Amino acid sequence: MQYNSHKCSHSSPIEAANRMRTVELLEVKQENCSVKTLTFEDPLCSKAEPGQFVMVWIPGVDEIPISLSGIASDGLTSITVNAVGDASSALNLKKKGEIIGVRGPFGNGFVPVKGNVLVVGGGTGLGPMMPLTENLVRISSKITVMSGVKCQDNLLFLDRIADLLSSVDSETICTTEDGSYGFEGLVTSQVEKKLAAEHVDMIYTCGPEPMMYRIFLLAEQYNVPVQASLERIMRCGIGLCGSCVIGELRVCKDGPVLNSEQLRSIKDEFGKFRLDWTGKKVKQ
Amino acid sequence: MANPLITQFAGLNLSNPTMLAAGVLGYTGLSMKRVIESGAGAVVTKSMGLEARTGYGNPTVVQTDCGLLNSMGLPNPGIRHFKEEIQELNKLAAPTIFSIYGFSPEDFAEVAQIAVDLGAAAVELNVSCPHVKKAGAQVGSDPSLLMDIVKHVKKQVNKPVIVKLTPNVTDITEIAKASEKAGADAVCAINTVKAMAIDSETCRPILANKYGGLSGPAIKSIGVRCVYDIFDSVKIPIIGCGGISNWQDAIEYMLAGACAVQIGTAIAFQDITVFKSVTEGMTKYLEEKGYNSIKEIVGLAHKF
Repeated sequence: MQYNSHKCSHSSPIEAANRMRTVELLEVKQENCSVKTLTFEDPLCSKAEPGQFVMVWIPGVDEIPISLSGIASDGLTSITVNAVGDASSALNLKKKGEIIGVRGPFGNGFVPVKGNVLVVGGGTGLGPMMPLTENLVRISSKITVMSGVKCQDNLLFLDRIADLLSSVDSETICTTEDGSYGFEGLVTSQVEKKLAAEHVDMIYTCGPEPMMYRIFLLAEQYNVPVQASLERIMRCGIGLCGSCVIGELRVCKDGPVLNSEQLRSIKDEFGKFRLDWTGKKVKQ
Repeated sequence: MANPLITQFAGLNLSNPTMLAAGVLGYTGLSMKRVIESGAGAVVTKSMGLEARTGYGNPTVVQTDCGLLNSMGLPNPGIRHFKEEIQELNKLAAPTIFSIYGFSPEDFAEVAQIAVDLGAAAVELNVSCPHVKKAGAQVGSDPSLLMDIVKHVKKQVNKPVIVKLTPNVTDITEIAKASEKAGADAVCAINTVKAMAIDSETCRPILANKYGGLSGPAIKSIGVRCVYDIFDSVKIPIIGCGGISNWQDAIEYMLAGACAVQIGTAIAFQDITVFKSVTEGMTKYLEEKGYNSIKEIVGLAHKF
């Protein structure tokens, strides 16, 4: 069900996307102990690119940026949320039939490439990699999905990944920091092994920034291009307020997906600094 | 031929009359450097005070039918933290104007002094933010308090002082006159218009702070009217601000009496390239109309 469908006839695409729509949650799926996937219907989101994000309004609580973890599957959109703070916890308490607001989709998406690709997700960073992988299976010659989590209980989307990759040349590699599932250790060591073993045409990644920074360094070392989805404090989501700036770039508008060239331009800050809620540059 | 867009007012020299409006992308030196490199004649920082503020919680932005409503709550790291950021900007030809706020005349003067010490080419007094109590519009709509602030700042620093005016008053010319009388070097009109948005489904005000400031095309005509009125009331230069999205809007403000314009909201919908398209359009307009300099058109609409 779509609420507030009124649109301004004079508005630009970004103005239309920036209009908040209240949507009903059609499904709430528990993915693991702390992560849920919330599904809703929204025409604009159903046309989003993998990697784009929405500002999600939790009435009376907050509004937070979340990448889309499902796009247009049966015409529906989904977000995958880990209950870590007040806002995400409140969002995860929402039941089917309850209302949230969405603005977006904002920012850019991942650019799919042919060839041998690595898709690396850390924790719930695996979310936006799901619709990306849906697109990649249509064009890439080989896909390796790599998932890094703390322990077996944090694993996500294993069935969905298996389904997606069932008909293509592919590999799934899981790592847990405590060794309770898959390889023990950090996902970045598996990325390094892979890069040392075979020619890779593109690395896609989303997850904690130290992980992505390490992957960026590896990618530079092995001369492989990378597309990384960054996360920052966001208020406006449309490139105006400056809360998300890194170097000369705005994560909400120039990103959230940044390519190797852009990452090089922000290497003094990437993985090192971010702005806090006052706009002060603080260490990661 | 000399650049027809060169603009001089209140002791400031700009390569063109467009400026980044306060509150937009003004946290870091690098982000403002990008705006200057994209064609802005000057930049204005985020409004900064003595102490850090986290601002309000989200939602802080609401899209309305033909404008943008925001209620950020003056988030800023405190003026002293800007030292590192200003270094990059001081190397550039475009002036950096520090937007400052305070909770008393003494506060304003102290922040202004720190701003000037850091390298501010001018200070713009934010006495017009519509959503922070005891700062902003609450002081900017009280002529005697405003005069006290301007006098304190003028006494403290020897750089140009610009007063950014609120439209949320009965008579903006009264406030402009008070600014001039107190020694302000220029005024900027207008800041956002106090407004709100309520969601019909949840029946809630959408902004976390309930009230915010409306910007964008919705307020352009209000801004133009304010500039037009102020032009007849004071002798100091006027900077136009509010809903400027293209060169025609900028020219309209200048015909009303503005010698320069500030652009904010349009950056969200057209990106930073807006400065280039506005200045290119202005140049072409001057050429087609046979003017040699942008200053020739300032206030032209008052002839009629």
